[in-house]
Amino acid sequence: MAGLHKSEIKNPVLNWIDSRLPIITLMQKEYGAFPTPKNFNYWWNFGALAMVILGIMVVTGIFLAMNYTPHKDMAFDSVERIMRDVNFGWLLRYAHANGASMFFIVVYVHMFRGLYYGSYKAPRELLWMLGVVLLLLMMATAFMGYVLPWGQMSYWGATVITNLFSAIPLVGDSVVTWLWGGFSVDNPTLNRFFSLHYLLPFVILGMVFLHVVALHITGSNNPLGIDVKSPQDTLPFHPYYTVKDSVGICLFFVVYAIIVFFFPDLFGDPDNYIPANPLQTPADIVPEWYFLPFYAILRSIPNKLGGVTMMFGAIAVLFVLPWLDLSPVRSARFRPIYKWVFWLLPISCVVLGVVGAHKPEDPWLTIGRLATLYYFAHFLVLLPLIGKFERPLPLPESISQPVLGGGGPLPASAVTKPMEKP
Amino acid sequence: MRPARLALLAGLLGAATIAPALAQEQALPHPRWSFAGIFGTYDRAAAQRGLQVYQEVCANCHSLNLAYYRDLAGIGLSADQIKAIAAAVTVPTIGDDGQPAERPAEPQDHFRKPFPNEKAARAAMNGALPPDLSDIVKAREGGADYVYAIPTGYADPPAGMTMGDGMNYNTYFPGHQIAMPQPLHDGQVTYADGTKASIEQETHDVVTFLAYVANPEMEQRHRIGVKIVLFFLLLTGLTYAMKRKLWADVH
Repeated sequence: MAGLHKSEIKNPVLNWIDSRLPIITLMQKEYGAFPTPKNFNYWWNFGALAMVILGIMVVTGIFLAMNYTPHKDMAFDSVERIMRDVNFGWLLRYAHANGASMFFIVVYVHMFRGLYYGSYKAPRELLWMLGVVLLLLMMATAFMGYVLPWGQMSYWGATVITNLFSAIPLVGDSVVTWLWGGFSVDNPTLNRFFSLHYLLPFVILGMVFLHVVALHITGSNNPLGIDVKSPQDTLPFHPYYTVKDSVGICLFFVVYAIIVFFFPDLFGDPDNYIPANPLQTPADIVPEWYFLPFYAILRSIPNKLGGVTMMFGAIAVLFVLPWLDLSPVRSARFRPIYKWVFWLLPISCVVLGVVGAHKPEDPWLTIGRLATLYYFAHFLVLLPLIGKFERPLPLPESISQPVLGGGGPLPASAVTKPMEKP
Repeated sequence: MRPARLALLAGLLGAATIAPALAQEQALPHPRWSFAGIFGTYDRAAAQRGLQVYQEVCANCHSLNLAYYRDLAGIGLSADQIKAIAAAVTVPTIGDDGQPAERPAEPQDHFRKPFPNEKAARAAMNGALPPDLSDIVKAREGGADYVYAIPTGYADPPAGMTMGDGMNYNTYFPGHQIAMPQPLHDGQVTYADGTKASIEQETHDVVTFLAYVANPEMEQRHRIGVKIVLFFLLLTGLTYAMKRKLWADVH
């Protein structure tokens, strides 16, 4: 039987399929027996969580699209019809709208976990960069999705954000006209945003596939940031991490359900329940919360092109992060200085987020400028310097060693290793 | 993990010192709402009185475009009552002769609009446009409290403030100049159930009604939500127990 895969599946039907298309063997290898470091903490749940939310977003989105009308005169009412007349339409819409916020929370935690434990360092640079591409795709998708209900904040948010491209020298205004499909945000803009909002999630799915492939080549990082040395250091992904991820997923659903069923407008802006009106600008145009830090960076620069450059630069700097932090040690646990400095980054992001929600006047403007300065200095100045001058703590010899001692720096009692084979 | 905790605390403290700047210029009144909280439901009697206030007062200028007469089942009206309420108003239609005509409304009709279009509304209202009230409780910062504050927030303008032509002073309206004259007064409506029609009572009732119109799904949402949250809490516990068991030989 030349050319057939030698399947070990017992069931004859499945064996017949697997011999010709070894997807069962593949799944077994990549999600069954896949050797995974045994010392993950619960912060490692967030990748699987992001995957679950992506699934929820795609499924709820498909059903919403069946009931949505992408026309400027009908979009708002069609969304209200979903809320009021479609069976469980309110559930679909609230799950989808809040799902976007949950997606960003989960992905931001996932990224900060990578930052703390040095998951972006060799050999995982490309894995990290694919993740940054995923973040950009998510942002584009979320932005266009927010435009679809065609409320006041949809319309004016779209106007402000697309206008950013007018900062491009020489061709800026033409680019904006081209993006709009006209001379203002109008029906053609809504149509193309709907089309792209349906397309991009599938691009995200493809990119997630590559992200996972890259992960399965290098293997996962772990809280100690040291390489897997022997099979002793790993556990098969199933059942150990399928069950550990399930704990996090169930707990996530508790939080998600509380928001969807009891506080569904928590992340929303009241203005978006007012139909879009091109003749009336809202008092405050504020983007969704997950864009606020970037919005604050944009507005802290007194020059439009400068602001737009810095805003995109805030993401671009993440692409080159693997070459900015040159410390050979991955995990912050063994980096006595970085362990502290790390926390200034999430703090500066939260401060930027709060600043982004306010009008650009003092004291917010000054606070925003300082936080922007810090954000870039963190990556461009502090990380290279710390990598150079910090004296890391001694690393444990292997993952299984400190795991038996309960994690963290190695206590003396952990020298006895009951589990370890000679 | 100590640096982590300290840093988190520092971040929270920072956010807490920044947050008070969000405070509004005028604190809103904070009445007790039957629909507040995670077990909240709509007070049927209040919502029905609110319907009466809407129909007798608000409906003269404010539309309720997203609501149908059939939606009134959600505030406890029977099918016959809804039919009677609908039949009491006429809605535009096209007659058998192809000409515009009027017919009595039916439960599946939208609430009748007070004006055929925006221009007609502005022409009749000295240039102002009375907003649609279908989503008003969700569409304003402060929600039901804000919608309650407007009808009860009329006062004389402070000395030295020049009011625009035909504008009225309102404590809570942004900019304090509102085109709508005070809509509700003590005894504006006569309640069939004998409730005293004070301005606070009328406003409270109509806001309860409007909260229902904005969130007709809320009671069902809360009922399902309680079950789903309990289900996932239980599942989390079971999954965690399973995880402990599976991992027992690893640690």
